[in-house]
Amino acid sequence: MTAEQLNINLPEGSIEKKTTRLNLGPTHPATHGVFQNILEMDGERIVHAESTVGYIHRAFEKLAERRPLYQITTLTDRLNYCSSPLNNMGWHLTCETLLGISTPKRVDYLRVIIMELARITDHLICNSIVGVDTGAYTGFLYVMQYRELAYEIYEEVCGSRLTTNMGRIGGFERDFSDTAFKKIEKFLEEFPKVWKEFENLFTRNRIFIERTVGTGAISAERALNYSFTGPNLRAAGVDYDVRVHSPYSSYEDFEFQIPVGKTGDNYDRFMVRNEEIWQSLSIIRQAYQKIQNMKGAEATVYHADAPEYYLPAKKDVYTKMEALIYHFKIVMGETEIPTGEVYSCVEGGNGELGFYLISDGGRSPFRLHFRRPCFIYYQAYAEIVQGAMLTDAIVTMSSLNLIAGEMDA
Amino acid sequence: MPITHEHIKEKLSTHLGEHLVAWEESYGMACATVKAEHNLKTLTFLHDEPSLGFRFLTDLTAVHYPDRKGEELAVVYHLHNLVENTRLRIKIYVPIETPNVYTATGLFSGANWMERETYDFFGVNFVGHPNLIRVLNVDEMDYFPLRKEYPLEDQTRIDKDDEMFGR
Repeated sequence: MTAEQLNINLPEGSIEKKTTRLNLGPTHPATHGVFQNILEMDGERIVHAESTVGYIHRAFEKLAERRPLYQITTLTDRLNYCSSPLNNMGWHLTCETLLGISTPKRVDYLRVIIMELARITDHLICNSIVGVDTGAYTGFLYVMQYRELAYEIYEEVCGSRLTTNMGRIGGFERDFSDTAFKKIEKFLEEFPKVWKEFENLFTRNRIFIERTVGTGAISAERALNYSFTGPNLRAAGVDYDVRVHSPYSSYEDFEFQIPVGKTGDNYDRFMVRNEEIWQSLSIIRQAYQKIQNMKGAEATVYHADAPEYYLPAKKDVYTKMEALIYHFKIVMGETEIPTGEVYSCVEGGNGELGFYLISDGGRSPFRLHFRRPCFIYYQAYAEIVQGAMLTDAIVTMSSLNLIAGEMDA
Repeated sequence: MPITHEHIKEKLSTHLGEHLVAWEESYGMACATVKAEHNLKTLTFLHDEPSLGFRFLTDLTAVHYPDRKGEELAVVYHLHNLVENTRLRIKIYVPIETPNVYTATGLFSGANWMERETYDFFGVNFVGHPNLIRVLNVDEMDYFPLRKEYPLEDQTRIDKDDEMFGR
């Protein structure tokens, strides 16, 4: 029956109204974030869905207009908080494009390691949550222990875990310690075994397949029309990946594949993310090897030469006049940003994470817009779940990887 | 093979004539400014013309330039041809008193929320949009917060004095 025949727009309690209104969210335990769906239910089937977002809108774009560039990094942390370092690096790369700073190869490779770790932690959450919503809690709790290994690496590199504020414009605040490299080695050794177990638990599991195959599907054509990017677009069969299409941070030096799905359903999204984790592990291994092979001065550099934007070493601040001046100018945000207009993007956990930055020569951006992939593809949710069962809608929600922080900016 | 900027410019200027107001290139991306009333015509042409094929809407947002009298609001489209891997920026300028722009929702389903967001923060009125209501801010809000005349902090506060480091 169509929406009109079911009289869904009639007030609650009307005799002619054949559907029930159900509020899914904003604080429903199954929504994994603060957003609401007003569902019109015909029994267990969804006739019409209306999504409401904005519950944790924090005015990042307005805030950014009053901050010097380096203070905006902390805003990007809070977009997709499952992969904060990735957002941080994306922002630094945007600033470097605008300022014309080129980074040494070692910085690029260190960034690649961090970005791929972030992608793994992001996909790990998403896939294990899909497991939870299909009734398998064990996998989620089990892999969480191994996400800890990645978070320990973040902690070793920048001192923080969730909202990392990692790196600086031009590179990293300090070189990776030996402990950090040891922890990367440990991660590369222990994580794949665990992920293999996790994979075995799901990919050929009868219950999981019944729950995910054919549910929450979107065609490639519709996905493109809805401006999908990232794993959700690739699951529908379009091999668009920013890392390959417009390589940044020396991604062109690495060998990896873009996994694609076929049907764009929950199962394909799960499988694409799953395979991306293996690809990310391979990229980390390659990057780690490249860094180990570096010799001489090249092997110790961890930031670009950009004195106007990169904080000088503390001992120089105490002993050198120039360093003191730069230190003061940077910390107080007194550096004028050159005029320009730049759009730069990275492959975030959820897709193309873009930064549209306009500078009018002031000390903070004239305008900064975040292209948040999550916000853009969430609008397709109502279309995807129309006619589906409520239980499938929950799985669809988690397999799209909706992060309220990224959606609401 | 990426489409050359010359080719895009030539095609656009042949199609639009004098309605192509400006053409610039910055940081490797071409940007075409067109007359506001021709935005949909331009987007449709870029979408349908076989040698251009900009069929992916990457981003849609607005910018407020208080100093540009009579064309204070700029609506910015970022388009992408995924096959040839070419990006293009389209800008249109509208006066802040009558910020009427044709909607792109007929062409791109993804433009729906992007336009709602732009309306929410800048008050751009997308003519023909199926559901032009606020998306991130509360419905009761009676101003458009990303316009430059709205200061970031509550101006009634007297406990903060930023004069020394005024940013």
